[in-house]
Amino acid sequence: MEGVFIQTLVSGLLIGFLYALIAVGLTMIFGMMEIVNFAHGDYLMIAMYFSYWFFVLFGMDPLYSLPAVTLLLFGLGILTYYLLIKPIINAPMLSQIFVTFGVLIFLRGLATFLWKVDYRMIPQTVLSGNIQLGDVYIGIPQLTAAAGAIICNGLLLWFLKKTRLGMALEAVSEDKEAARLMGINSDRMFALAWGIGIATVGVAGALLTSFYYVFPEVGANFGVITFVVVALGGFGSVTGAFAAGIIVGLVEVLSGFLIGPQFKFMFVLFLYLAVVLIRPQGLLGKK
Amino acid sequence: MKKGIIVFIIFVGALIAFPLIYQDPFPRHMLIMIMLYAAMSIGWNIIGGYTGQVSFGNAAFFGVGAYTTAILLVNYGINPWLGMLAGCFFSVALAIIVGYPCFRLQGHYFAIATIAVGEIMLLVFTNWEFAGGAVGIYMPILPESFMNFEFHTSKLPYYYIIFVIFIATIGVCWFFERSRLGYYCRAIKEDSDGARSLGIDIQRYKMIAFSISAVITSICGTFYAQYVLYIHPTSTMDLMMSIQLCIICLIGGLGKLYGPVIGAFVFIPLTELTRVYLGSEGQGVDLMIYSLLIIILAILRPQGLWAIFNRGTAK
Repeated sequence: MEGVFIQTLVSGLLIGFLYALIAVGLTMIFGMMEIVNFAHGDYLMIAMYFSYWFFVLFGMDPLYSLPAVTLLLFGLGILTYYLLIKPIINAPMLSQIFVTFGVLIFLRGLATFLWKVDYRMIPQTVLSGNIQLGDVYIGIPQLTAAAGAIICNGLLLWFLKKTRLGMALEAVSEDKEAARLMGINSDRMFALAWGIGIATVGVAGALLTSFYYVFPEVGANFGVITFVVVALGGFGSVTGAFAAGIIVGLVEVLSGFLIGPQFKFMFVLFLYLAVVLIRPQGLLGKK
Repeated sequence: MKKGIIVFIIFVGALIAFPLIYQDPFPRHMLIMIMLYAAMSIGWNIIGGYTGQVSFGNAAFFGVGAYTTAILLVNYGINPWLGMLAGCFFSVALAIIVGYPCFRLQGHYFAIATIAVGEIMLLVFTNWEFAGGAVGIYMPILPESFMNFEFHTSKLPYYYIIFVIFIATIGVCWFFERSRLGYYCRAIKEDSDGARSLGIDIQRYKMIAFSISAVITSICGTFYAQYVLYIHPTSTMDLMMSIQLCIICLIGGLGKLYGPVIGAFVFIPLTELTRVYLGSEGQGVDLMIYSLLIIILAILRPQGLWAIFNRGTAK
């Protein structure tokens, strides 16, 4: 019994790191320009399909195609910014919501049309297998994904806090006008934020494809969880998203273990509502 | 203004005459769906379009209306018309329970909270054995009559019932637009701090608008249950349905009386026809077409198609 409990905690922790990685991109984009990318989960879906097709067409393992997928998603993020986001950057909130919702529906429609509603999975990857620690079994793909998520989040924090470019990004999110006076091109910074924000989803998608089904609706659940993580952590807060990702992962598996797997998602949503109603700005949000 | 009344009378007359001219089930079904979605979207428009509170959880009211009617009829033999009333009661209760805490949230926070509420409702009904679980509920087949709210030989009675609901909804929205409540709601949308400083009880008027929205959507839910005679969680409270209501309003015109009507007349045929003509090979194409429409409209013409029509009639 105790072993099962620890097993549950470990798997919650592992998936929590991945949630954190997906959420970081969303919260970063929001922090820069106060736009919620409702299509975030569907960029994840696209990344997973890229990984899947790299495997099917070129025989590349998701782990090896990860840099390529990340780069493709980076480009997709930049493209999205210039094509769709730039025109609505000062538009009313409703227009902004509808544009990213439009992207969500478009990507889902595109995936349904091109690849049908089938569930696809890569049968055997270089990561397949388990390692055993006492009574606890840990899937190597899940472990790799969590490690990848930690590394990626760490790199992102280092980039934002320690490099000139990262500090310029932070400056724009703090105060657009002042940053402009310092000679920072905010337009380019916004584009970069979209590139990086969507690229992190690329990393997450590539890591996820080693142990998760790919299908057109896969972004739906991950999308809702991502909003919950971001709102829980506080919109715009990168460290908040990291903490909230782990909390959500743990709550999900613990309620699944103690009450029933069909209710795990419900408890995550209740937790979110409870926190947001007491602290509307989230755990680590400002304002 | 006079021109508006004439257009409205022609429109109502055409709707009354339509099923008498087109007697095939398909066009009648299409018009029933258009009026159903138009009525629900008017309901959404009251909270989302006029009051500016983007709700992605309105499908929950549709589900509550449908499920209340179905559960009362199947388990207790209670007449669907009474079920409709009970559905309205539970929907308003839900609107108050959800609205009371959530209306303190602003903008995006409110939108995401309503997604969470909608998803919770979907999960509750999917796992609630008493309410049929994931399989859903088949309505009992009763002799067809107006009292039983069931008709098997023709869609015509359903057509006129939803027609009455639809026209009544337009009436409610017409009064709402001209009432003090309507002006308060628009003030809340334009500038909620300003409205508060003028002494408007923001919470209260948001709640009233949300309750009206809930009642309209719930009645549509009851109609749907009686029309299709089979309901399950994803057909009645999916997030996608809530999204469709917002889209219809956006296409037609947010916060405009006829916006959702125009939106439904464009949106429903578009989805139904692409489904029919492209079949399973073209699955997803309908989503792509209307998502492009939404993106283009949101960027270029946030006022919706209504603005185009309105310019035409104003001359």
